[in-house]
Amino acid sequence: MKRIESLNMNRLTKQEIPKAPTKIKHYLTAALIVLLIGWSAYQTESSFIDFVEGFPNMFDLLVQMYPPSWSYFDDIVPAMLDTFRMAVIGTTMGALLAVPFALLCASNIAASNWIYYPFRFILNLIRTIPELLLAAIFVAIFGLGPLPGIFALAVFSMGIIAKLTYEAMESIDKGPLEAMTAVGANKIQWIVYSVVPQVSPYFVSFVLYTFEINIRAAAILGLVGAGGIGEYYDKTLGFLEYDKVSTIIIFTLMVVLLIDYISTKLREKLL
Amino acid sequence: MKSVARPVKPKKNRFMLWSIYVLLAVIYIWALSGIPIEGFKETAGQITKAILSGILSPDWGYVYLPEGEDLLRGLLDTLAIAILGTFISAFLCIPFAFWAANNMTKGKIAAGTGKFILSFIRTFPELVMALLFIKVVGPGSFAGVLALGLHSIGMLGKLFSEEVENIDFGPIEALKATGASGLQTLWFAVVPQIIPGFISYTLYRFEINLRSASILGIIGAGGIGTPLIFAMQSRDWSRVGIILLGIIAMVTIVDIISGYLRKKVV
Repeated sequence: MKRIESLNMNRLTKQEIPKAPTKIKHYLTAALIVLLIGWSAYQTESSFIDFVEGFPNMFDLLVQMYPPSWSYFDDIVPAMLDTFRMAVIGTTMGALLAVPFALLCASNIAASNWIYYPFRFILNLIRTIPELLLAAIFVAIFGLGPLPGIFALAVFSMGIIAKLTYEAMESIDKGPLEAMTAVGANKIQWIVYSVVPQVSPYFVSFVLYTFEINIRAAAILGLVGAGGIGEYYDKTLGFLEYDKVSTIIIFTLMVVLLIDYISTKLREKLL
Repeated sequence: MKSVARPVKPKKNRFMLWSIYVLLAVIYIWALSGIPIEGFKETAGQITKAILSGILSPDWGYVYLPEGEDLLRGLLDTLAIAILGTFISAFLCIPFAFWAANNMTKGKIAAGTGKFILSFIRTFPELVMALLFIKVVGPGSFAGVLALGLHSIGMLGKLFSEEVENIDFGPIEALKATGASGLQTLWFAVVPQIIPGFISYTLYRFEINLRSASILGIIGAGGIGTPLIFAMQSRDWSRVGIILLGIIAMVTIVDIISGYLRKKVV
């Protein structure tokens, strides 16, 4: 009897103070992060001193940019319209290409995983390539101008829209699909009457979202010679005309913010 | 026979719908008419073939060159730019996040100003930022780091502020009731709630920054973009092929690792 009591007592005293969970893992993670950052700083030759020394330059730059050259607006309006055009056509082409792609990637529509895994893989590969890189390749193929920019935007937006759409397709209600199967619809009727009505609001919303991204992208594609307002950065920075640079930046910001605002309002209405 | 009452089709706002269609049609006609279709360059087919054969038979010798300026070093440089840029922005955006959060700032105007500044930073293209930083610190990776670090504040600040807005106020009240100071409340009630979201968003932004870092070199801000644009200008397609493969491989691997970590954190 006594022995048992003492055993119990023993256990109690041992349990009184729970051990704190070890923090070794946290310390190791922190050390790893510090190491990574240190290595990155070394690799990129970043130095705080350079930054501080360069800081007056930045101030100079801002001073030179300050009164934006308002008369330059007239010169860049056509380029801005071109940018808008590129974004519209690029997004539309991307959206059209994305439809079959999304259908082939959705596991509940393309019934066999021999179909949807390869297509998803291709989609992932496409999405790893940045749009400016695509533009540079298309410029090499088609020459300078807005055409390579449009193709680059089309491929780039296809990647985004197809990914978002196939994920939306996979989460649709199964009921209409089964109903269409039960009445003996063929594959096309099945898609048109049970998948499309459920997905189309999402699809339109994704297209608008991609359009917002594409306006931003189209504004810089000119840096590699793919048309639009980006071409003017090279022209003005080369001649050190910073007042004109700030005009371009302000104009781009205004257009982007306006389109973002309209597109967000439209998307709120859709969903 | 009794006539069966057929369901009436819901009346839609026909006028609105049609005006949207007309507007869209006008935009498309205007957009399509403005695109110059002066025909493709005759060499387009040839170059496409050259690019494809270059990608299919990449220049494996470029992966590692003992004297430097090879693919591996370029990719490591790109990775370093993305890591440092993301870290800087994750650090700098914290004050912005608290500033832009409705529940942390007193008054709607202050939070609104914070949100506006963040969206302003977000709209400023990172490549233009890089161009400006090149003027400040000279061409090279450091300009790329600064550009990414500044540009990412916009998105991270927005996501972080939403995370801060969604916190539970229970722990804060509990700590206040025990007489904790402002800093202690922040550290023991707010920080533990937002840390997982912070880490997850930072990793997500890191994935985006890696893609951006791989093109910064096109304008001279360091990373793999510089040798890529040189190879393109000298029409060395097998080298372009190996660099493209390198970028795709690196981005895919980093995406997988980062996705795994994000799943673990949240």
